[in-house]
Amino acid sequence: MTLLITFIAAVVSAVIWYTGENARMMKIGLLCYMYWGASLMWLVDAVFEYAEMGSEFFLPAAADMLNDAFLGVCAVVLGLIVWTAVLMIKDPCNIVRGAGRDDRRNIL
Amino acid sequence: MACFLVPAAEAVVTTVIAKAVKTHEAKSETVSDNSDKITLSHKLGRLSGFLWGGSGLLAFEHLWHGEISPVFPFLTAAGDPEAMSVVIHEMATAGVCMALLVTVFWASLTVGEDILRRRSVTEKTGEDSV
Repeated sequence: MTLLITFIAAVVSAVIWYTGENARMMKIGLLCYMYWGASLMWLVDAVFEYAEMGSEFFLPAAADMLNDAFLGVCAVVLGLIVWTAVLMIKDPCNIVRGAGRDDRRNIL
Repeated sequence: MACFLVPAAEAVVTTVIAKAVKTHEAKSETVSDNSDKITLSHKLGRLSGFLWGGSGLLAFEHLWHGEISPVFPFLTAAGDPEAMSVVIHEMATAGVCMALLVTVFWASLTVGEDILRRRSVTEKTGEDSV
């Protein structure tokens, strides 16, 4: 479930990155790096687990699946938090840095 | 148990190489001549992005499962020699495969992008000459 959720997040972020000029300016690429990197690594983990467990790998217990899904959602949220922090620090639209000079109402 | 350490180590190496290449590129004049071309440092930066991002989220997963801790010695298996041998085995197998897969993924993206860009430049120059 963690792998599936991260893969979905990776595909969605890649599509957003590809389709929008604004998205590229908003550093959506950072999300692509995180989600694609993690998805590929978890894919390797899944292959190793499958090699060890065989077909049982596809029949997880409900509690394990729920925990994995919760982990996947938390990983996606962590990625979003990191992206937001980087966005605020890099400030590509000059909203945070420009506020002091131009108009403070812009950030409120 | 600590498989993410292998891609993280590769991320450190690629980041250092990317910085060195960027410094070298800034010194040479050839970079400024062609703004359409993607520089080697940019390509290496992408690889470190995949590696840092992936190992960061995997570190979170290991923290979630209690395999690493935020305090020294960081690995919960550090005190147990038997568990440490499992950790090392996992790093040598899954960890190396993770680093390899991410590198192969990045290399295919980079090569594919280069081919597409070259083709588009050829088409453009072909249209211009006609």
